[in-house]
Amino acid sequence: MRFLLLFSRQGKLRLQKWFTPVSDREKKKVIRDMMLLVLARQPRSCNFLHWRDLKIVYKRYASLYFCSGLENNDNELLALEVLHRYVELLDKYFGNVCELDLIFNFEKAYYILDEFLIGGEVLETSKVAVSDSMEEADTLQETMEEYMSKPTY
Amino acid sequence: MSDVVEKTLTALPGLLSLDSQPGSNKLSSNSKLRNLIRGITELTSKHEEEKLIQRELTSIKEQVSSPNTSMRQMKELMVRAIYCEMLGYEASFSYIHAIKLAQQGTALEKRVGYLAVSLFLNESHELLLLLVNTVLKDLQSTNLIEVCMALTVVGQMFPKDMIPAILPLVEEKLNHPKEIIRRKAVLALYKFYLIAPNQVQHIHNKFRKALCDKDPGVMTASLHIYLQLIEENPEGYKDLTTSFVTILKQVVGGKLPMDFNYHSVPAPWLQIQLLRILCLLGKNDQSTSEIMYEVLDESLRRAEINHNITYAILFECVKCIYTIHPKSELLEKAAKCIGNFVLSPKINLKYLGLKALTYVVQQDPKLALQHQMTIIECLDHPDLIIKRETLELLFRITNAQNVTVIVDKMLEFLRINKDDYTTIDLVGKTMSTVFSVGGDTMQPDIPNSFLKLLSEGFDSVEEDRKLRLFAVDSYVSLLQGEPGKLPQRFLQVISWVLGEYSCLRADLEVDTVLRLLAKLLDMKTTSSETKSWVLMAMTKLCEGGAGVSVARGVSETYSSSLDTVLRQRAQELQHLSQDPELRARVLPRHTGLEPLEVDSSLSFLDGFVSEALAAGAAPYKPPHQRQEELAQAKSLSLEPYGLSLPLSMSSCSITDRQSPTLLSISSGLSGNSNDLSHKGGSSSLRLDGVKRVWGREGYLAQREPAEESAHVEVPSTLRSPSQQGRADGSHSQTPTHTPTPELEKQQLASSLFVGLGSHSSVCLMGKSEPTPQRFRRKARSPASSSGASENISHSLVSPPITVDTLVCNNLLDSHITSEPDVSPLEQTPPLSQGLAAANGSCDEELPDSDVKGSSPSLIGDDALVAADPAPHEEPPKDLLLSSYLPAELSGLSHSEITPLSSDQSLDLSACHVQKEGDLVLVVFIYNSSDSDIQQILLELDSEELEVSCECDGAVGGARGHSVAVCQYSLSVKRPSVHVELVGTVSYQFPVGTPQSGQFSYKLPLSSFIRPLTLSTEEYGTMWLDFSHDTKQNLTLISDDPEPLAASLSVLKNKLQLHVVEIIGMEGIVACRLLQDQPCLMHCRLHAGTLAVWLRSPVPDLPDCLMYFCQRALQEH
Repeated sequence: MRFLLLFSRQGKLRLQKWFTPVSDREKKKVIRDMMLLVLARQPRSCNFLHWRDLKIVYKRYASLYFCSGLENNDNELLALEVLHRYVELLDKYFGNVCELDLIFNFEKAYYILDEFLIGGEVLETSKVAVSDSMEEADTLQETMEEYMSKPTY
Repeated sequence: MSDVVEKTLTALPGLLSLDSQPGSNKLSSNSKLRNLIRGITELTSKHEEEKLIQRELTSIKEQVSSPNTSMRQMKELMVRAIYCEMLGYEASFSYIHAIKLAQQGTALEKRVGYLAVSLFLNESHELLLLLVNTVLKDLQSTNLIEVCMALTVVGQMFPKDMIPAILPLVEEKLNHPKEIIRRKAVLALYKFYLIAPNQVQHIHNKFRKALCDKDPGVMTASLHIYLQLIEENPEGYKDLTTSFVTILKQVVGGKLPMDFNYHSVPAPWLQIQLLRILCLLGKNDQSTSEIMYEVLDESLRRAEINHNITYAILFECVKCIYTIHPKSELLEKAAKCIGNFVLSPKINLKYLGLKALTYVVQQDPKLALQHQMTIIECLDHPDLIIKRETLELLFRITNAQNVTVIVDKMLEFLRINKDDYTTIDLVGKTMSTVFSVGGDTMQPDIPNSFLKLLSEGFDSVEEDRKLRLFAVDSYVSLLQGEPGKLPQRFLQVISWVLGEYSCLRADLEVDTVLRLLAKLLDMKTTSSETKSWVLMAMTKLCEGGAGVSVARGVSETYSSSLDTVLRQRAQELQHLSQDPELRARVLPRHTGLEPLEVDSSLSFLDGFVSEALAAGAAPYKPPHQRQEELAQAKSLSLEPYGLSLPLSMSSCSITDRQSPTLLSISSGLSGNSNDLSHKGGSSSLRLDGVKRVWGREGYLAQREPAEESAHVEVPSTLRSPSQQGRADGSHSQTPTHTPTPELEKQQLASSLFVGLGSHSSVCLMGKSEPTPQRFRRKARSPASSSGASENISHSLVSPPITVDTLVCNNLLDSHITSEPDVSPLEQTPPLSQGLAAANGSCDEELPDSDVKGSSPSLIGDDALVAADPAPHEEPPKDLLLSSYLPAELSGLSHSEITPLSSDQSLDLSACHVQKEGDLVLVVFIYNSSDSDIQQILLELDSEELEVSCECDGAVGGARGHSVAVCQYSLSVKRPSVHVELVGTVSYQFPVGTPQSGQFSYKLPLSSFIRPLTLSTEEYGTMWLDFSHDTKQNLTLISDDPEPLAASLSVLKNKLQLHVVEIIGMEGIVACRLLQDQPCLMHCRLHAGTLAVWLRSPVPDLPDCLMYFCQRALQEH
């Protein structure tokens, strides 16, 4: 996978992850093209597209579009399921996730993604393991917060 | 909005607890992000947003650089900076602080720091060097979370040169007790391997250890590395095949822990990764492939659940099966699998099915044939992606015979396509194939349109340049290969493109190009027309320098050529290459596209003409006038005139520096008809679907209105729920003469898939020969009733008389495009009806005979030429023949009477009659000669059928101009979708030598199917006894309130099945194959499809019947 973008139906970017080095200018172009391309699609048409030499796989969840760019020999259906699994993970973490969760807690969404995909490859296919490691990190976060907010003697 | 925010807050206990702590300043900073986000959502214009963000950035900048800012505040600032960057505003000042945060912060702040780094920077960014130390430190940390964070960032990006510094630490982590750390370490190594393979060469054995890790997650991660390694060097890892196969077997068998399941499919990611690896290992290697057959079979079988993820696995499986050393049994299953994809109502699966077809079609063209109707439907699919994929598929099956239709489809697609990249890709990739395949048989307009496209280009200059560069590159490499094999027209295109555009490629020396072109001139096979193109290109190219010497050599050779055109070109070349100034004026660079007005009335010569007239010259007479006078002067000419040069050239404007033949196109009429009739000569069948799409002006404009109406329909129909209905709907709105859209599709199918059947040795549909033969007879018989019959049959089979073929063209046109053609000839109206009718009736037969043979090689001796160009007698029509049906059969429905063979004296036709317990073949022998034939011997034989004859082979005699009838009773020995009879007829006139001829007759298995009346109980006992079965999901008739009942009644009517009972979502159906071979069917509604299960004691019968059911439902 080359990149993963989340954007809203209004064309607002919610999350971007690039798995290969891309220049800023290029990023902007890709984002713009993706939005143009994907937002123009009619509902219930094919979830796969071509863009330059990449295969684009997108899926809409409520008001949010998940859009990923694949290399030529990647499996489109599988990528579709990667997107779905990511949504499942978000759902599990946030509990009935909605777009606002991702807007206000976008850094969490990034953390979850990092536990799930590294360098564009699926790191962890077990749902339990991802949420475990998220939980671990979060408890750490909480204990650290507690620790920090304790008055120092 | 507020309650949603509340929900968010409750969902995040961590944050809530943070916010509820009063008095700390993190509250304020956290709510700052909130305020920022809220502020932005409330804004209305882009301009306001910009202002707000700039303000925000300035404040962030101020704070991050202030020494008093704590790490915690820094964390919040970083999150805000990330947000701003995401909105597209640069916050590069914060990069260094992100690194600092990762370095100095506590675990929590570190996490944000690393995240910011991974989002802000990329591998090549120099600031990343500053991160190396932090990563080193964290890798050595005792805190697992910190190690994890470090590995995560390393797995995403790391400066290449710094890998050696941390490599030992990462390696060490492979032995870490925590799985997640081992897993991340493996992925980090994978990343290293990708960016610097030689750095990790020494640790290959550690990869092996990771592969054997007890944690499946670590093992999965290691497969990424192996996939990469094997892709580069499959030979080195053959010994691992058994391990991979064992792993896959375990996974498929469900031996992994449950939490690796995804929608109750065991570890799909792992499965797919393994399948990919096996695919690489088994490629071109029989012994390795043999190891994996079993597990592949298992995977195919296990993937049952109707879910995307199983389809993903199936797709990968099919790909693997077609890549490794073939095994017929697996291929069969894979083909069936592809069929499921293609026929699926889900659009994503259909897309993948097309892709899979594209992948396999070169090995197995019959698969494309099987699905031709689906492919045709996909061509008209409203989704451009599907359309494009279909075109891609069609290009794979392009051959000399269907090239015109495919190019036509491609142009249609290009016209509606907006994406320039796709356009370039398609045009570039395909024009080359099209030229080299289609080559010389192509009509001259195709290359011209292509050149026009190149020169006029698209909207964007950049894309133009890319396409041209692409063309130049690919053509230069073609010329460096073996140009001798390329068709002449393609060579002409190549030389034009090189002449025009090779200057775009700066590193390509003019000299090289010139030499390549000169090589073309030296080849013996190059025609003189091509040579003149080449010389033109050279003229454009030689701009001083070394080029001149090449040019001089060439021009010297050709200035003494016998061909005047060549001589002229050579002279031009010589003069222009020596006189740069003149050259610059004649052939200005970079002016390109302004059309040049040509004064075609040649008024500037008026002065010259009047002078000449005054000096007593004869006034100019146009050629036709001259010819007329010449003819009158001699005697009456009975020959029809060739078309004189048309028509008006008065308003033609040509682009500067256009191709030399552009002018000659205007005389393209004769050229067209030549081409067309040339094709007709080799096979008349091809004409029926091949529309005449190219005219003098390039692409024929007549089709436009039809197309536009279809085009306009699309947006409105898009809203309609059923896509199937939509495709059909918009289709039927195009005004066509053909009775149904279905027919049109079949015509298209026949023209698209022509020539494919002959490649496939294992053609499912049986032999292909009889069809063209049948077609010919049909086409001729109605036409021959009218006076001008000979013209038609001539133009179909023999070298043309121009006028005749013109008529024929028009006929085809009016038949297909329904444009009222104004034909110059009077007899056209009756003719066109005749021929159209003939075509129509022929096409109705097409469902029975999927394979259109490309060559009309007729079976039989020379004595029996089925398509005799000059028929002497009028053979009896169908209607007349049917009156010869024996009395006991005349009440029953019979198939259409098909001609089998004919010669000067005998015409054989046949039909089959379905009796309740029998199938009777009736052969009509019509003696068209004047004399009686005493003895006619007819022998029939078939591999699949048992033939019992009631007349003992000998028909007896047939009097002159009378019909003898012979009956045979047929029953099936071995089921096959189509069964075929081969027969010999031999006879002797009282005076003369014995004559004989062969023929064949094909009929679908469905004619042998009869209903079988059973009770449900009987059905139940029989069901278990039968050993041969097949299962498939078929399309459901979805527009009916009761889809199951509707589908079954379609099957009942079309295939004569007996519906035993319908219970809720299930239905049971029974039938028998003559004489008494039962076949039972069980149908169930399942996820919008009809899951059909067929069982029978007869091998192959379920498969064949499934085919007919599928067809019946599709056609409905």
